[in-house]
Amino acid sequence: MTIREYIELVFSDYTLRTITLGTAILGAVCGMLGSFAVLRKQSLLGDAISHAALPGIAIAFLITGAKNGNTLLIGALISGLVGTFWIRGIIKKTQLKSDTALGLILSLFFGFGMLLLTFIQKMPNANQAGLDKYLFGQAATLVEADVWLMGIVMTISVLVLFAFWKELKLLLFDVDYAKSLGINTIFLDILITSFIVLAIVIGLQTVGVVLMSAMLLAPAAAARQWTNSLGIMVLLAAIFGAFSGVLGTAVSASSNNLSTGPVIVLIAAIFVVFSFIFSPGRGLLFKEIRYWKNRNDLQLFKTLAFMQNIAKTHEDISHPHAIKILNNFQGYTKRSLKKLESREYITVAGGMWAMTQKGFDKATNLYNQQENTYD
Amino acid sequence: MTSAQVEIQLIASIVAIACAIPGTFLVLRKMAMISDAISHSILPGIVVGFFLTEDLNSPWLILLAALTGVITVFLVEYIQKTGLVKEDTAIGLVFPALFSIGVILIAKNANDIHLDIDAVLLGELAFAPFDRLVVNGIDLGPKSLWVIGTILVLTLGLLFIFFKELKLSTFDKGLATSLGFSPVLLHYGLMSVASVTTVGAFDAVGAVLVVALMIAPPAMAYLLTNDLKKMLALAAFFGVLGALGGYWLAHGLDASIAGSMTSVLGVLFLIVYLFAPDKGLLSVMYRQRRQKIEVHLLTFLLHLQNHEEASERHVKHLNEHINWQTVRSKSVLELALKNNMITISDDIISLTAKGKEFTKEAINYIMTNKSAAIEEMKDRFFLFRG
Repeated sequence: MTIREYIELVFSDYTLRTITLGTAILGAVCGMLGSFAVLRKQSLLGDAISHAALPGIAIAFLITGAKNGNTLLIGALISGLVGTFWIRGIIKKTQLKSDTALGLILSLFFGFGMLLLTFIQKMPNANQAGLDKYLFGQAATLVEADVWLMGIVMTISVLVLFAFWKELKLLLFDVDYAKSLGINTIFLDILITSFIVLAIVIGLQTVGVVLMSAMLLAPAAAARQWTNSLGIMVLLAAIFGAFSGVLGTAVSASSNNLSTGPVIVLIAAIFVVFSFIFSPGRGLLFKEIRYWKNRNDLQLFKTLAFMQNIAKTHEDISHPHAIKILNNFQGYTKRSLKKLESREYITVAGGMWAMTQKGFDKATNLYNQQENTYD
Repeated sequence: MTSAQVEIQLIASIVAIACAIPGTFLVLRKMAMISDAISHSILPGIVVGFFLTEDLNSPWLILLAALTGVITVFLVEYIQKTGLVKEDTAIGLVFPALFSIGVILIAKNANDIHLDIDAVLLGELAFAPFDRLVVNGIDLGPKSLWVIGTILVLTLGLLFIFFKELKLSTFDKGLATSLGFSPVLLHYGLMSVASVTTVGAFDAVGAVLVVALMIAPPAMAYLLTNDLKKMLALAAFFGVLGALGGYWLAHGLDASIAGSMTSVLGVLFLIVYLFAPDKGLLSVMYRQRRQKIEVHLLTFLLHLQNHEEASERHVKHLNEHINWQTVRSKSVLELALKNNMITISDDIISLTAKGKEFTKEAINYIMTNKSAAIEEMKDRFFLFRG
């Protein structure tokens, strides 16, 4: 199947269109809200919440007895919120640290959820089949109503982000200042956490409990590498998330036996790795190049300083000297000589070099951090 | 009890103890979430190992999968070191990616591999007694009992040999380094033990219960004691309690054993979390309330000492001037009266000699601010606490 055929198929095939749209919206919502989780150092909270949502799904099913998606989601939402606030309670009131609290709630809630699920499976109720799709997610079960729900959640979260943008920004970067301005930080905290829980809950059906946290983190972590501005980061994270969804759906649809959730997560992980390496400001590659450049410059300036020492002994600093006398100096190579010449620090003629005024000044001011007029 | 039941409980108890030991150190080192990461990211290692050995209990598979766990830790630390993302984000990025690879590997080779992802998460403890180790035709018991037993013996051995070093590097990394113990070596040693335990245990109880067994019992123990040895013992005790209680709960409900064990651990944790002496929620809240009232009392006494005039010392004035609610001012007054700090005549409050003495010392304390002195002082002066 060529790419063009696939794109045509997306527009003509109902199931594929629904799934593509659903995963795209989900990726965008998660990326947006995930940015806040990542910046607030709550990355693993998403993991805990998604696991904590499981017993809610099971209990909602036990109470209503119906597999209606929305009631199950409300159950998941409630138990996710209970888990979140219990985590806070543990961190605030006991000596247990955040990692222990997260791990505790995650495993205990999930185990309890599994207990309920296996209990449900033994019940004489034909309806129960398919609850385990919430474990690993099945994007194929998405229907139009689910996509509408995701769309509504996305619209509301965008509106909330716009409405509280300034306040949320302050909450992220300077809580104390926000408090001193009279902003209700507790309300904002609960607001943004609740929306993160909401995003996780609507994603459970698609990517499942186990991998949901990656949907939240990966796009945001990738976006963080490209910008220092919150607005751009949120936008980029939404785009990365949406692309992971669309590409992941495409890859899993084009091959047998590939569940969508893990593929989406892997694509998002590729975005992260690419950003880690190639982002211009923070990326590892450019950092390495910068180091390398600095090291070379250091060698170059060492040579220049040595030359200046020689040139100083003459009244005319541009008095030519033999290149030979540099031979014993460590760090000198023919290349560095050429480089110095190209920067007009010295002139080379025959076997002789002579310092220029510019080179002399540069060497004099080497250790002066303020002086950056050259280069 | 049938022999299968005994064997299941024995396996579960040994798994619980084997998990509690590395778990205690993970909790103390604030690395509990690493166990979650390891338990998920060993999946690709298990799948690849299963391709090579075709036996879930093969020691090679366990080593290979444990290696994936150590690689996870290494990757997480590498990402942390680049400083590109915050610490916990690194964990959250690495393990879902590795887990996804594992899931895809299983799905792609579904026909060649008898591995079920549900089993990975939940384990099949109920089937453990059927997979028996037979040497020369002699039945030596369930294979997983041998596997996890060996791991427990190894862990205990390492714990006894390196107890001092582990203790030191957990509580004072700097001192450990300066004394010549390599924290990096100990760190990766601990991580290797945690990985091996996770892999060995996961076949029996599944990835989720491994995390629960590693974190919940030590967390409970930590709320009950500050002594490392006692904490290890208590963690093992709670682990076994959860394992046995969970087994019988599962027996009664006819539900997943791993799920039941986790739930029992959850209930146990809830009880400890609420009622632990000193560090439990109720005791913390009680203490905070008491401290609040005692601080109010001190403010109140200082106020009395500063004012000779009767109008400032009238009972009604307490509500107006210091602006406390009626209930609180009443309890503060009562506490002061009970402790013989004040006397009230005609609604005018005056300090007793003891009250004056206490206030003087309290001012002294506030100015010099020697920590802990106030508690000792309270012990000397208070007949009744707030």
